[in-house]
Amino acid sequence: MNKHLLSAADLTRDDAVAILDTAVELARVSDRTVKKLPTLRGRTVVNLFFEDSTRTRISFEAAAKRLSADVITFSAKGSSVSKGESLKDTALTLEAMGADAIVVRHGASGAPHRLAHSGWIDGVVVNAGDGTHEHPTQALLDAYTLRHHLSSDEGALDGRHVVIVGDVLHSRVARSNVLLLHTLGARVTLVAPPTLMPVGVESWPCGISYDLDAALPGADAVMMLRVQAERMNAAYFPSANEYSRRYGLDVRRSDLLADGGIVMHPGPMNRGMEITAEVADGPRSVIVEQVTNGVHVRMAVLYRLLGAADVIGEAS
Amino acid sequence: MAARTPPGVRVLDADDISRIVSRIAHEILEHAQGAHDVIVLGIQTRGVPLAQRIASRMTQIEGVPVPVGSLDITMYRDDLRLRGARPLHATEVPSEGVDGRLVVLVDDVLFSGRTVRAALDAINDIGRPRAVQLAVLVDRGHRELPLRADYVGKNIPTSRDQAVRVRIHELDGVDEVVVEG
Repeated sequence: MNKHLLSAADLTRDDAVAILDTAVELARVSDRTVKKLPTLRGRTVVNLFFEDSTRTRISFEAAAKRLSADVITFSAKGSSVSKGESLKDTALTLEAMGADAIVVRHGASGAPHRLAHSGWIDGVVVNAGDGTHEHPTQALLDAYTLRHHLSSDEGALDGRHVVIVGDVLHSRVARSNVLLLHTLGARVTLVAPPTLMPVGVESWPCGISYDLDAALPGADAVMMLRVQAERMNAAYFPSANEYSRRYGLDVRRSDLLADGGIVMHPGPMNRGMEITAEVADGPRSVIVEQVTNGVHVRMAVLYRLLGAADVIGEAS
Repeated sequence: MAARTPPGVRVLDADDISRIVSRIAHEILEHAQGAHDVIVLGIQTRGVPLAQRIASRMTQIEGVPVPVGSLDITMYRDDLRLRGARPLHATEVPSEGVDGRLVVLVDDVLFSGRTVRAALDAINDIGRPRAVQLAVLVDRGHRELPLRADYVGKNIPTSRDQAVRVRIHELDGVDEVVVEG
């Protein structure tokens, strides 16, 4: 396994399955009265969030704390970053404080890569979302959720069909999911209006469609992407109503899925826009579960990265 | 233990192991005066089938089912920095729980004692047993912590650099203990 987790493409099939297997065992710890493991005692995990993200930040924080790591959370708002400090100086500060792992969320694509490969820091870097690039732990928690429902927590996702719908152009979740689900053997179809498909998407390991009703029948899962409000004014689609009608998930469409097919959303949702409340709260929805699974998957990532980092350190 | 068992010697065979399982089952019952509050927990991986055998032997003898489970101590190890992350195995605690019960931990080999130390920490996070005892198939000496086993299958003198290879039918297709190196 690579030293850092920057992209879902860093993970081999074996790495990904090993992380999911680890997460399955770690999930059982949440059923105990003492929900803590001593594994990362004495390690420091820094959450470095240049962009707001309550759910990802809290999820990483819970994951690190359940493994007994010391957690320092650093939000750009009200920090020296708002006074104009560069990524480099922030990194040097964290290194001086002895960060063993840095979980970074940044508005610029590639910022975690820069942090990992610039020589500024020794610790491991986990990408918690960078620009429109990637969000690998979200893809892992989605794969975990899919595997739980479709393959009883075992093996990979060979032959499963997952449809990802919405603003693919601006979605790091979609990109990481396409890469990881492909690695795990699933077939992915992206569905979006032509204006929200990225240039070069033909080279991604997935199918492409502009017609949701044609893509859904028989699929094992559908993943709805959030329509970001700031995009609505940018003429990517004529109107919210038009978008909902063509690309929104309602009960009729969710019933096109295979028996036992599930509905996913990385959150936060725009109810009534990309998904109706009825589907979001319906029997196929696993949206709340995705949040729970996020903690277990992130525990597994921190455990494996911090464990591996030491061995590399000892050997060199 | 200064003595050293010559390498390549099969110190226990399938019959020996079966007799040891039976003896330890009797010893536990004798000490605990019955099986009413005993639960047997095997330490992953080879302690688990041994624990299952001991528990089913106890069940046979006493005629009441003895709860049995498994304990994975990977996340409680003190050598993550030395040996890195390893795959996890299942921890299955019987539905009765461990609170107020006599927990008998089962492992294949007792060596440094660090695994048992980790197991005690793990149990501590699961509940509060009345008492914890330890049963091992082989005690090979070289303890690094002040721990001892309550039930020992066989004491095998080894030097520190030798390896004691335990093979259990459920996992390895054969029951035997061999000293190597």
